[in-house]
Order: sequence, then structure tokens, then C-alpha cells
Amino acid sequence: MSGKPYRLPLQNGIGRRVDQTKPVSFSFDGKQMQGLAGDTLASALLANGQRIMARSFKYHRPRSLISLGSEEPNAIVGIGEGAAHEPNIRAGQVELFEGLVAKSQNRWPSLDFDIGILNDMFSRFMPSGFYYKTFMWPASFWYKVYEPVIRYAAGLGVAPDNRDQDIYEQIHVDCDVLVAGAGVAGIAAAEAAAISGQRVIICDENPYFGGQADISTGMIEDKPQIDWVREKTAFLADHENVQVLNRTTVTGAYAHNYLLALQQVSDHDPEMIANGAPRHRLWKIRAAKVIMATGAIERSLTFANNDRPGIMLSGAARGLVERYGVAPGLTGSIFTTNDDGYRTALSLKQAGVGVARIIDCRQQTESEAVNAAIAAGIEVQFEAAISNVETSRGGKSIEAVKVAPYQKNRGRVTDETRIACDFVAVAGGFNPVVNLWCHNGGKLKFDSGLSSFVPDSHHDNIVAVGSANGAMDLATCIDQGYAAGETSKFKRPKTSTVKEAKAESLWFSPASGSDNEGIHHFIDFQHDVKASDLELAQREGYESVEHTKRYTTLGMATDQGKNSNINAMAVIALATGKKLEQVGTTTFRPPYTPISFGAIAGTSAGKLFHPVRETSVYGWHLKNTNVFEPVGDWRRPYCYPKPGESKQDAINREILNVRENVGILDASTLGKIEIKGPDAAKLLDLVYSNMFSTLKVGHCRYGLMLNELGFISDDGVTARLAEDHFLIHTTSGASDRIAAWLEEWLQTEWFDLDVFVTPVTEQWAQFAIAGPNARKVLEHMGTDIDLSLPFMTMASGNIGGFPVRLFRISFSGELSYELATPAGYGQSLWDAIMTAGSKFDIGVYGTEALHVLRAEKGFIVVGDETDGTVTPHDVGMSWAVSRKKPDFIGKRSLQQPFLAAEGRKQLVGLYTIDPDEVLPDGAHAVREVKQSPPMQTIGHVTSSYWSPTLKRSIAMALIENGRARMGETISFQLEDRTVKAEIVDPVFYDKQGDRQNV
Amino acid sequence: MLLIKCPVCGVEGEECDFHYGGQAHIARPASTDPENISNEQQRDYLFMRHNPKGLHFERWRCDRGCGKWFHAARDTTTHEFKAYYGITELPPKQLMQQATGSWAEYFADKIK
Ligand SMILES: [Zn+2]
Repeated sequence: MSGKPYRLPLQNGIGRRVDQTKPVSFSFDGKQMQGLAGDTLASALLANGQRIMARSFKYHRPRSLISLGSEEPNAIVGIGEGAAHEPNIRAGQVELFEGLVAKSQNRWPSLDFDIGILNDMFSRFMPSGFYYKTFMWPASFWYKVYEPVIRYAAGLGVAPDNRDQDIYEQIHVDCDVLVAGAGVAGIAAAEAAAISGQRVIICDENPYFGGQADISTGMIEDKPQIDWVREKTAFLADHENVQVLNRTTVTGAYAHNYLLALQQVSDHDPEMIANGAPRHRLWKIRAAKVIMATGAIERSLTFANNDRPGIMLSGAARGLVERYGVAPGLTGSIFTTNDDGYRTALSLKQAGVGVARIIDCRQQTESEAVNAAIAAGIEVQFEAAISNVETSRGGKSIEAVKVAPYQKNRGRVTDETRIACDFVAVAGGFNPVVNLWCHNGGKLKFDSGLSSFVPDSHHDNIVAVGSANGAMDLATCIDQGYAAGETSKFKRPKTSTVKEAKAESLWFSPASGSDNEGIHHFIDFQHDVKASDLELAQREGYESVEHTKRYTTLGMATDQGKNSNINAMAVIALATGKKLEQVGTTTFRPPYTPISFGAIAGTSAGKLFHPVRETSVYGWHLKNTNVFEPVGDWRRPYCYPKPGESKQDAINREILNVRENVGILDASTLGKIEIKGPDAAKLLDLVYSNMFSTLKVGHCRYGLMLNELGFISDDGVTARLAEDHFLIHTTSGASDRIAAWLEEWLQTEWFDLDVFVTPVTEQWAQFAIAGPNARKVLEHMGTDIDLSLPFMTMASGNIGGFPVRLFRISFSGELSYELATPAGYGQSLWDAIMTAGSKFDIGVYGTEALHVLRAEKGFIVVGDETDGTVTPHDVGMSWAVSRKKPDFIGKRSLQQPFLAAEGRKQLVGLYTIDPDEVLPDGAHAVREVKQSPPMQTIGHVTSSYWSPTLKRSIAMALIENGRARMGETISFQLEDRTVKAEIVDPVFYDKQGDRQNV
Repeated sequence: MLLIKCPVCGVEGEECDFHYGGQAHIARPASTDPENISNEQQRDYLFMRHNPKGLHFERWRCDRGCGKWFHAARDTTTHEFKAYYGITELPPKQLMQQATGSWAEYFADKIK
């Protein structure tokens, strides 16, 4: 089919937005096409005779666009290629540019021939709830058969295949007045607010301001509305306290007038992107007042095969002609319930497009628009409705419509006439766009004149104006706009409009035969929800609209049911004998239109995704390894492989060097909090399960922190620096949490305690020096501290000229010291230790060696052996639970029956029967091995390693009644095999502690 | 995104600059009589919370400001903050009188 007949002669105001001197090349599904500057992708495709733009999600029916705006459910395409591909874009909103690449969606293998159309033929077997009813058993079929097939044949677009190279940014602003929507009402509101000196932001999702003004007939100050719009837009753009944002959608309204707006900065212009402009900008706006001028969107009409390509909204047909000079077809029929259909008919006729007939469901009526259409020679049939659509080429071309006499509550059609036409414009009335009103809990009321819902009350400072508020008359729209924006009375411009005849509502157009069951009456086009599906859902008991929505997937596609919502509620009302206002609406949730992930991430991507905390020797680590693991906000070296060495070999070497010579670990990430004041000991007695008030100055003690539920929350060694001064250590990931936790208790419960909590983690660099040669290294460096200080004591002094706190503590089971020095000395001290240690074969070790060393000794790691449901008793640490203290956090809960009961999982060690077999972390032991799942679990592996010291695998596990099962062999069921292991004591190495007490 | 004002340092900021601390005015039994707490008392202390539609009393921390905890009275349907008050204080008398349901029971003997 040649594209020529569809581009109309651009004259007499036809095709106002396009420039016929500027051709633009683009491609659609690989086919090269030409449009004009000013076209949208949709108008250019139609001008090329490319009517089919996508296929529907479930039945893969061929679809074309029905609207020009963000409500579009059908004409959903992918734009761009490779990493820059973006799926699910509305073709009517894509501004055409040279070289644009677009692809249709939901088709396989091609748009023209689609295998999924078989779904349409079997649609009788795909009723509502189909997904719930069909893909149920066996479960394995879901992953291997159903899901891949569904994703391949259907799916909502294709994700980009690489990292997005474009720039996205976010901006935080506040304003006095945010105007959402720049139709005539929004513009009036912004003008009044601007002149009264308020700081104004006015946004509109379209490139041009004015909303529907350019395709409406009313006059302002005796001029076409669009002239007034242009004049006021220029005024606002020049006004210093007004921010004018086109291509910007207010997507969500949240608590306390916080709003998100997505600005599509450069989607329309690749040159801007090439010059470094962001693609999208997300505005985070706090507005003292919100003026909602979001307009209204036209309703489609529900008749048999109303989804066929070429059936579009009346305003869209008019817009195609007047804005882009594109004819929707050669000859159209108009199906209307109001005067808007007549305006479209006149517009088509004036542009030279054939109008076969206006089919008006109303009784014969008179109005300026009706009379003008009749005077222009357009055939009008009152009290009639389209009952079906005749198509060829697999539903891709419209041949004719069937028309039947219509009266309210009339049943199945018996007498149809055929009207030849190749497109249909439908005018079903208007629904105010109330989404923003409802996002944060605004109430709606039913407007019987519109047969739709309009804003009612709201607790936020937000007002609705214009057609968003149900005002369909030009003068009222402008008056409401000025009234919302002004602080003192503002002169209204003179307006003139034609009087309209009363509109009707029509929710279900009867059809003949089985079609009257609604099996081809489409409501939600994108998700293929038909009137019959909604009725079935009612029969099956899904009476609440929220249940019907989820059961039928109504309104759950990318368009979120903008076009279908009210039509669906009306069909539910018909099916249940309720009134529309009794059915209500489903909940409106943000975003109004989809927001790109790029905009949500903004600049918080790549290196800026999350700040990394760096110890004073982080630079040294970066030079000596590239294997790191995240621990809290830190990145800690996991191990330090030598050239050609595997990670496992590096870990083994690091461990053995600690056991045989001496190792050094950067332990600076360890949480450090100073507790100081007369009540310091009292506070520690309350927050640790064991006793700290008895700790002597200069001594260290390991402590367990519980939460109020009695579960282990953190652990670490505490040193008493002075009578009123303690230094507590927390696990690396928990330092901030524990400091905040202590503050919370001090401020909210024990506010009479005289004590300060000061986090000092970053003030100190701290290194562990562990191994038989540890003391020799320090001696060699020279120190004024007596290095024979006993295990679990500390001293302050100088080592190698550096001021240090020296702790005789050990997490490896070896002779071990931890040296803390002010962070500024960190790198120098590290270097000095490495130099002094080289004589004693010092070797650096990473976090994995640290973990294996501690596991060989049976020390727990909070977060490995504990998971927030583990008590001290469970891990065999009842010795750390004081019986003397009357109170500490978690004490009373430990006595609750459910924690004191028998049969809890207890920490044990495991020796696999095959010493070379290393159990996977998290593997479950089963009570009884069976042929196939389910099998009952009796516990799981919490830590599992290869121990180079013991030359075999070791593991720790939480096992039901574990301590009473020593020596028992239990089975761990893995995916492909069963691994047997013997329950042993969790201390695998040097049980007496001889090595650390030297 | 709520807009919150800290009654301690006076800063007004967005919700993400503050930290929510759950329901206010929960008495910790162990702080008064640790030896005599029934299982039911401890259960209620740990798990039972008011869930009003309307006026609610809760704890917040001025996370990125002064670091102090404070109390706030907020309407859970409109998100409107009715009052901010100290962490050791009871709500303004007028709000205690407006409280409904389980909050009204809690405040009954505290309104003098
Ligand atoms: Zn503060």
C-alpha cells in the first residue's frame, strides 16, 4: 500500500506542526521511512501507511495507536539500539529525528506474521485468571517450559543489552506553586501566580504547551485559543520567578507536597546528547501549593472488535489531521456519544478526508456542532451504535463497520447495516486525569454529567482546575486557573465557546450472536482484558474492583489503565447491577508514566553509587591485591595472591605463615567506640550480656551484645582505659549501628546516666600482628612497653617511635598483638612493621585467612554463626550471660518459654567423612535422606572452609540439639549428592589455647 | 517524603535526614522491676503496638542534625505532624485528650 494518500496537502492550518521542507529519515523494524520535521513517530508511521505498530500482550492481536498522548495502550515501541535501547515508549509521544531507530514489540517472528496470534484463536481457553489457573503443576515446568515460552513469545519489550552510556541527573527544588499541566487552565494559574510574585514551576509532558487548545474551537479575546496559549507561554518563559518545563511529567505526588517530575531533556535531539546534555532529569520538588491542571483524556467505546487497527479516539484523529497533516485513513466512520465526534468529522472533511457517517448513540439532538456537520453534508445516524467491525488481512485492515439501532439497555443485535470505511474515530466522553490527586490520598466524587470521577476533598494544599476538575467549558477552565493562582482578584479574559448538546454515556455496545458476550469487546487494550473477562471475574466472586484488577490483570500494563479504568468499572457495574459510583475506582499509584531507571539512579552510578570507606593503608592494599570484599561500607582485601597464584593457594599460604611465622592484618575497620563518664561501667553492664564493671584498668574482655529479643546482635573486645573510660570494639560492619544503638538507649531509656558515647573508628589505624614471631617483630622495632604483658591486657606507649595502644588479644589463636595508632601514622607504622618483620618472614593476610584462622579456633562471627535468631546459649556461650546482673538488654527475653525450650539448634563443629569435601555454606542437614524433596531439615552449615593447618575440611553448623549429638554422623543433602559429616567440638585447633598464652 | 522539624535543634528537614523509631511511650518493664515480669508483660512490651488510623505518637531521631531523639504526634491518614515534644515528655494535654482507641486508654491516667 502506498503511503502517499495519507499525507494531506499542508494548507489552511492542516499539519501546523510539521515542516514539509524538512524531510526526516528513520527506520521501523529495519525498514527505512521518511517523515517530516515536527512529526511524531506515530504520525510519520501513519503517513507511510504503516498502521500496525505493535501486537497486544496476551493474544498478539495487531494494534495501532488510539491516542496521541501518555494514555496510549497500543502503539508501544522500542527506541534506539543496543545499550541505548529503551522499550515501552508511546509512539505518539516520540518526536521524530533524523536517524531514529524504532522497533515494534510483542511480536515473534515478525509484526506482519506473528505466531502468538494463535493465542487469539484459542482465546476462549484463556479466560481471566488464566495465568493462575494454568501454569500450576508441576512446578519445574514453570522454569523450564512456561516461563521461557511466555517471555520469548510475549514480554513487554526487550531490555537494553549493555550499560547505559547516557547521563542522567537529579535536581532538588522548592517553589510556592507547582502547576502540573500547561493547558489553558494551567497557564492561567501560572500567570496569576507569577504576577502575584510567587515562585512558580509549570510542567507539561508535551513539547508544546496548550494541551488540547490547538484542536479545540473556543476563542479567547476573539482569537483562537492557541494564539492566547503562545502569548502566555512566552510571557511565562520570560518571567523571572517562573520555571517553564516542557517535556516534563509530574509523575507522583507524595506526602507534604513532595513531587517527582521527569524531564525528558534530550530524548528528542541526539545532538544534545552528543554535546553532553543529560538524557533525563528527575526533579524532586517541594511545593507549598500544587495546582493540578492535568486535563482529561478521552474514553474509547466498548464494542465488538473495538481494538482493530484504525480505530482511534476522536481527538487523536483530529490531532493527526490538524497537527501533522496525516489522514487516519481514506474514509472514516465516527462513533460518538457527544459533540466531540462532530468536531472531528468536520475537521476530517475540511482536510479532504472522507467521512462515511457519524453514528451517534443519542436521540436526535441539535447543537452548533451537530448542525454544522449536517450542513457540511455529513450523514448522521442518531440512536445507533457500532456493533462490530469487519476486517481483512488477519484483522489488519478495516473494511467496514456494522451499525445497529441503539437504545439504553437494548440486548443482542439482530439487525445490522454495513458501512464501508477504513478507519473509525470514537468519542466516548472524557475522564478527568485525577492520578496526582489520589497519589497521596485525595478523595474523589462521582460526576453524573461526565459519568466519571472528579476531585473531591484533599488534606494537602492542592487544588484541581480545568478539565482535571471536571470543567469542560473554556470560560470555567480559565476562571478556575486564575482563581487557583491569584492572591488578589485578577481580570478574566473574554472567552466565547459554542454551546454543546448533552452528552450520553455508552458502556457496552451490543453485538450480534456470541459476540454479544463481550469476548471481543476490549477494555484494557494493552493487557487484552475484555468485557467478558470482567464479567467472568464477577461470576467467580472477585467482587471488589481491586480483586478483579489482579485477577484479570486489568490496568496493570505499562499504561496503568489510563484509558480503560472507567470503562472497566462501568462494565463491572453493568455485570453486578450496581451503579458506577458504587463500584468506585482502583487505587491510583505513582508514577503516572514510567520513569527510566537512569533517572532514578541519577548520578549515583558507577563510582558514585556508594561511598567507600578507606583505611589509612587502603592505598597499599590497592597496590598489593585486586581481590576485595565489601564489609559494611569498607572494601577489605580478601587475600593477596602472588603472580600466578590462585586465590585458594594465597589463602592457604597466608594462614600457614601466621601459624608458622607471623602475619599482619589491617584491622582498622574494626568498630571503635569510646565510652567515658562516671556511669561508663554501668552502661556497659546494661548493654553487654556479661559483666564489665569488674574489669580491671588495663585489662580486656570479650563481650556479647544482645538485642531486646535476646538474640546476639554484636560482639567484640572491650578494654578499660581508666576507671571511667572504656574502649569497645564492634564488628567492622556494625560500628555505626552500635554507636547509634548506644545513643538511643542513653537518650531514651537511661537518660539519667552520666556518660558519653564517642565513635572513634576512623581516628585509629589498627593492625593485628599474629604468629609465633609476633613478639620478635615488635622487639625489633624497639618499644618502651613490656611486651611480656599477659593475654587480654593492654598498654600504651611507643613502638618504633609511633604512639600506640597495644592490645594482647587474639582472633587467630596465635601469640597476637593488635596495635592502634592515630590514623595519620597508619601507613608509616605499617611500613615500619613490614620492614622490621621481613627478618621474621612476616606476611600480610586478608579477611578470608582471618576467617579460617578463627574458625580453626571455633570463634564465632556475628552474621555467620548468628542470623538474628540465635542466642548466646545456642552458640555455647552461656558463660557470657551474667546471672548476677539484675538487668541487661535481652536478659528477660532469654527466659521467655520459646527461647528456653528444648530442641533449639546449637553450634557444633563438623568433620566431613571425606576430609577433602568442603561443604557449601548454608547446606542443610536432613533428618532422613529421601529419594526426592521435601526432606526435613535439622540445621545448616554456618561456616565452612578448607583448613590448611589441619589439612582437611572443617565446618561449623547450627544443628538441632547439636551438643547432645557429638560423634553422630549426619547427612547434608546437596543438589546432586549427599555429604556425610561427623558432629565434633567446634574448637578444631589448640583446644587448650597454649599457642596464644605464651 | 515527610517534612519534619526537630524540636531540639530546630532544623527542618526531609524524612531521609531523620530516622524513624517506631511507637512512642513504650515502658520497658525491666527498667522498673526486672525480677517480676510476667511472660505476657514481656511479650506485650516486645511485640504489641498501636496501629491507629489517625492520631499516632511516635519516636524520631534527628539523624543528620543534632542526633537527638524526640517525640512526634502525627496523623497517619494525612501525615500531618500535630506536635513535636521531648523524648522524656508526654504529648501536649490537648492531644492526649484527642487520642482514640488504645492510645486513649494509655493516656487516661496521665491527663491530670
Ligand atoms: Zn535536631
